[in-house]
Amino acid sequence: MLGYYLELGFRSLKSSRGLTVLMLLSIAMGVAACMTTLTVYHVLSGDPIPGKSDKLFNVQLDPRPNRDVEPDGEPDFQMTRFDSEALLREKRGVHQVMMTGASIAVDPAGSGKADMAAFFSRARYTSADFFPMFEPPFQFGNAWNAQEDEGKARVAVISRELNDKLFDGADSRGKTLRLRDKDFTIIGVLKDWRPAPHYFDLTQGAYSNAADIYLPFQTSQELKFGRSGNMNCWGSSPGGDGLALAAPCSWLQYWVQLDTPEQAKAYLEYLNQYSAQQKQAGRYERPPNARIRPVMEWLALQKAVPSDIRLQVWLAFGFLLVCLTNAVGLLLAKCLRRSGEIGVRRALGARQSSIFMQFLVEAGSLGFAGGVLGLVLTLGGLWIVRSNASPYAALAQLDWAMFGTTFLLAVAASLVAGLLPAWRACQVTPALQLKVQ
Amino acid sequence: MDILPILSTLKRHKIASGLIILQIALTCAIVCNALFLISERIATINAPTYMPDDELVVVGVSGMKRVENPEPQTASDLAALRAIPGVKSVTIANQMPFGENSNNTGVRLTADQNSPGAVGAAQYTLAEDWLKTFGLRLQSGRDFSPEEYVYGSVVDPQEDPVVPAIILSATLAQRLFPNESALGKSVWVYGKQPQRVVGVLEQLPESYPQPGSEPRFGLVLPIRPSYRGGYYMLRTEPGQRDAVLKAAVAALDAGSQGIKRVVRYKKLVSDMRSDYYRQDRSMVWLLGGVCLGLLVVTAFGIVGLASFWVQQRTRMIGTRRALGATRGQILRYFQTENFMLSTAGIVLGMAAAYGISVMLMKNYELPRLPIYYLPVGAVILWALGQLAVWAPARRAALLPPVAALRS
Repeated sequence: MLGYYLELGFRSLKSSRGLTVLMLLSIAMGVAACMTTLTVYHVLSGDPIPGKSDKLFNVQLDPRPNRDVEPDGEPDFQMTRFDSEALLREKRGVHQVMMTGASIAVDPAGSGKADMAAFFSRARYTSADFFPMFEPPFQFGNAWNAQEDEGKARVAVISRELNDKLFDGADSRGKTLRLRDKDFTIIGVLKDWRPAPHYFDLTQGAYSNAADIYLPFQTSQELKFGRSGNMNCWGSSPGGDGLALAAPCSWLQYWVQLDTPEQAKAYLEYLNQYSAQQKQAGRYERPPNARIRPVMEWLALQKAVPSDIRLQVWLAFGFLLVCLTNAVGLLLAKCLRRSGEIGVRRALGARQSSIFMQFLVEAGSLGFAGGVLGLVLTLGGLWIVRSNASPYAALAQLDWAMFGTTFLLAVAASLVAGLLPAWRACQVTPALQLKVQ
Repeated sequence: MDILPILSTLKRHKIASGLIILQIALTCAIVCNALFLISERIATINAPTYMPDDELVVVGVSGMKRVENPEPQTASDLAALRAIPGVKSVTIANQMPFGENSNNTGVRLTADQNSPGAVGAAQYTLAEDWLKTFGLRLQSGRDFSPEEYVYGSVVDPQEDPVVPAIILSATLAQRLFPNESALGKSVWVYGKQPQRVVGVLEQLPESYPQPGSEPRFGLVLPIRPSYRGGYYMLRTEPGQRDAVLKAAVAALDAGSQGIKRVVRYKKLVSDMRSDYYRQDRSMVWLLGGVCLGLLVVTAFGIVGLASFWVQQRTRMIGTRRALGATRGQILRYFQTENFMLSTAGIVLGMAAAYGISVMLMKNYELPRLPIYYLPVGAVILWALGQLAVWAPARRAALLPPVAALRS
């Protein structure tokens, strides 16, 4: 039967080409608009570290002075160096990391490329647990450990991109990386890695690329390397240096891995105890106000996904709704025009359900075609998004899940659009129609 | 034109008429809000910066080595930049609008660092010629005198630095000293010693402007930044900025011989501004595209439905023509029908537009949809409907009276 319905459908679609093209375009455009914005939204709001995002927690303490305090207010979103180092020493989580972003000068002469001009690279100064926690994939070698961290080792991990630039992609373990005028030994090279969003440090831009150079935190401070990102100070720093251990400035990201809810609960208690101790010691003025937040909650709180993106999704759905209404209207008009044909089929013994099926098949095949066209338009839409120079442009790629969703959406949309016309069609009373003819 | 026969015809096509009304309503609602959003974004993009954007270029250099005394190098850089032909004036700034960083501080009216109620403000630290280079104007008071300037690399590490003078933005002066002149007053911004207000600026651009929101506060301190962390700002003769930017980079490269420095930032301020508003611009294009798409889809929907109706009513049209109706009357019949459908859609659409606006206000901190967008949307959709129905209606009007007898 299906074959027959398909044939009938194609005939009817062919007989009114103009209307068919209109319906096709209408469905395809609506679906493409939806899929383009949904893909962008899906990529931007996705879980950057699936399977582990509920075990990684951002840590916040509230060391700011008592003036301008709001009861139950949000603590500062970054940490001081003093608190970070204290928590890191006590190691109460499964893993813990303190870190900051930076932009640092690379001297290619140190790596044997004397004729290459010096350039700036994005760096991350971090304690050793960064690697087991955020799991960047390694191409060569591996990371440093906590002892090297404390020993202020001159070692570095670099990205594939930087490795290509300086060493033409060769295994560069043991080679030298010169930062400013200091030499580091490369111990690891990462594979391509772009966590999106850049969840562990949103101050570098929520969709920025991951760093190209990773250095032990203590080494970077011993060498007085500058850093970049957000810094909030609430008093004057010793010697005007906001990076000093005792400076009243928050500028570090601190994350902890806690594998069970019990561990998380215990850790929060520990943080509040720590805050109370600091208050007793006179370093804190405010009552304990510690927070830990898993990845997705942290991203939501920091509003990582640009609100424009959500607006675009709503807009696209509005557009789809109009397109669908349009398709329903046109399909309906087309079906009603064929009431004569339906009358004949009914009079010859076709049941209401077969008429209904026939029209649904017609609508479904229209949806299939609309899906193919919609997919082409979606690819075009994503190409436009990519050619836009926003920081997340390169992320806008259609994945298989979205590819499937496009088709399902198109077919479902056209079936929905076909339901009403099909129902109306099967309501046709044969006698009346034949009489009119 | 009698509308009763039209109504009774439409009653027999409840679903089809309902759908077209719904479509017009949705289109009207979305287009009204989208047009409003577009106008908001365009206003944002075109918000004044109060600077001669088209005459400004920015260059930043960074050393490969930590230098303890960067002042002589900075001074010779400034001299080299000043010597470039086409340069009107040069200064060095810790930050600028649309730049990489934002410096903010708290302003107090007492010496007590722990007193509550500090007013947050953008903190510019600038060297000589800043007023001319940024193209800013003083509302009252004077520019810093030469002896008031200090070096950042000197005062920053000091236990008790002395910075004698400060210039406030008009908004900050008004906030700190309402209804009186700020000139000569003391404020505590930098260190333990107060700064005396010597001038008030008409406008001081923000580092990250947010047009449409409350204007924020700003201040200028006479603390000269060094090339470490500062940005050279050059004001050029009109039309010479590209040449000046090239020459500036070359001059700084030449001045970096032997001390290993990298020019890591070189931009035209107008490009920085254009980058800064990129997202807003792409939103304008996107919203515009969606509006156009909606209008096209709706227009084709109207064409499709009207064509179908014309076809379906061939007999009726033929009969009317045979009974003496003119072509004009048939044409107007369909036009009136479309006008009635559009009107119903527009009325519904206005209510929906308002509803969407309320939702947007709640979720996206947008202002309320101004009421005049509703008639604009209505006119657009009425025009669209009449335009779309014209071809099918004309086809109907051209039907010969015998058509009624033939079918």
